[in-house]
Amino acid sequence: MTVTAGAASATGAALADGTLGNGLVLGGGAAVEVRGLAKRFGEVQAVRQVDFSVTSGELFGFLGPNGAGKTTTINMLTGLARPDAGSIVIDGIDCVRHPRAAQHLIGVVPDESNLYPEMTGYDNLCFCAALYGMRKAERCERARELLDVFGLAKAADRKFAGYSKGMKRKLTIAAGMIHRPRILFLDEPTTGIDVASARQLRQLIADLHAGGTTVFLTTHYIEEAERLCDRIAFIVAGRIVRVDTVAELVQPVMDKHVVRIACDNGMACGLGDGQGDEEGGIGTRLVAAFPHLRFTLPAGGGIRVEGDGPVRVGPLVRFLEDQGVEVAEARRIRPSLEDVFVTITGIEADAMHGDREKTGGPR
Amino acid sequence: MNRWIAFWNILLKDMRTYYMKPPNISWGLLFPLAWTGMFFIRSGSGLESVPAVLPGVVAVSILFGTTSMLAVTVTFEKKNRSFERLLLAPMPFELLMLAKTSGAILFGTANAFVPVIMAAFLMDLSAVNWLVFVPAVVLIAVASAFLGLFIAVAVSEVFEAQTFSNFFRFPMIFLCGLFFPISGLPVFLKPLAYALPLTYGADALHGAVHGGHMLPYIVDLLVLGAFCAVLFMLSLRNIRRRWIA
Repeated sequence: MTVTAGAASATGAALADGTLGNGLVLGGGAAVEVRGLAKRFGEVQAVRQVDFSVTSGELFGFLGPNGAGKTTTINMLTGLARPDAGSIVIDGIDCVRHPRAAQHLIGVVPDESNLYPEMTGYDNLCFCAALYGMRKAERCERARELLDVFGLAKAADRKFAGYSKGMKRKLTIAAGMIHRPRILFLDEPTTGIDVASARQLRQLIADLHAGGTTVFLTTHYIEEAERLCDRIAFIVAGRIVRVDTVAELVQPVMDKHVVRIACDNGMACGLGDGQGDEEGGIGTRLVAAFPHLRFTLPAGGGIRVEGDGPVRVGPLVRFLEDQGVEVAEARRIRPSLEDVFVTITGIEADAMHGDREKTGGPR
Repeated sequence: MNRWIAFWNILLKDMRTYYMKPPNISWGLLFPLAWTGMFFIRSGSGLESVPAVLPGVVAVSILFGTTSMLAVTVTFEKKNRSFERLLLAPMPFELLMLAKTSGAILFGTANAFVPVIMAAFLMDLSAVNWLVFVPAVVLIAVASAFLGLFIAVAVSEVFEAQTFSNFFRFPMIFLCGLFFPISGLPVFLKPLAYALPLTYGADALHGAVHGGHMLPYIVDLLVLGAFCAVLFMLSLRNIRRRWIA
């Protein structure tokens, strides 16, 4: 796996020997190269001065909250929107000057399943293959092959309108890769589907990547990006705030020791509604009792404890119980990309995936 | 070659999915039948009025069969975002939009021959100038389809496509000389009649069926062709500006 010099300059994380510290070498071929990309919709500057490059064969994550500019960026990369400024080069083709010239190289899976509702799954795939000029025998064979791969063979002759959300998502991904594109753009592929389907889709994406396809993945599930991607770009309010490998991103928080405490009567104690840090509240009392630790009271409830050394759970639990808090669970947490994201962007990670409990967010 | 595979499959998909559906086929048969009956009764005369009524019925059958069908199907696909699939296809944009409109053109052309077949049982069609009639039918179908595309780009909801189609279609029925001669229109409406594509198509059809036309055939067909080109270019420009913005 290689990473371009352009990508390294965007991250500022390249080491002097031309590596990114984990064996990734600068100077590889760029599948996608973006410089100074900008897009405005009326009063809203949706994307501003975005720079990054994606190396051939890489699984590149594009991570940000809703409305950060992910879909606008992907639309500009795929020719569905025109940038106001900047350059896009896909496999050496200038896509700003020739927006349709690279379309045979790319496959696109939009954030909504957009196949033809009145056609069957099989017919949808055959039609999408025909759009790329595939001959009849080839497209029939490829459609059957993908229906098998995605576990949809039994539903091949059912109308797309009658598919479940997960099945629709799978077929939409299959349609995006029907012509064996070199670069696959996946816009939030697991959003809104059940856990089992999301897990299956993530495995399929990993398999695609292992097979050598360059994958550009936008998601607002941090754990999904951490699990799948080689490198990740954080985009917030239309601006790229950081691009790096997962290992490099996580490194600064690896020395942290974090414990998460769940309380049965947390709300009653004012822990779950952000009131615990008021004067004389539980937060203030915790800081006074354990001055070497840092406490935060997440909006979702409970207490998050951070320390520069190992955190001793026993005294904490005893203290809380003395204060009338019923502790249900105290658990050490491995520092993750979520911590990095919160540190860099200042955005609560919970805001990124508020609907995770109902949908296919990673478990 | 590859781009023609895409072209053919877009056409085939639209024919199967939209135009060859039973409600559309029955609409294509019933509508010309109703118009023929209506104007036949209104004329108050016998079978001798059929040649005068036929061109108007043919033109209206094309106009109604084509404009709203294309406007509705394109708006529907834009709304459920399946139109994006076409925009991502590696084929020239102009060819893509021709493929998208060609189903409506074929449907409109087929609609035109329903009243002709019915008229064959009522009058002698041997005097019809088919060398003018057929090109005029095809060009009216192309112009109507491109008008439908133009409408589709201007609206965002399916019901708006229907309403906006009628905004163009109903004035055309009364201003383009289909059933009432342009010479009988009030002076202030005459310039408007000559600004509408169907006027030239209707004139060519009248000439081809019973010999009564105002302009030379070549002028009618060239002006109709120019309307087709302008409507197509305007639609493409608007799609680029509004849908690939």
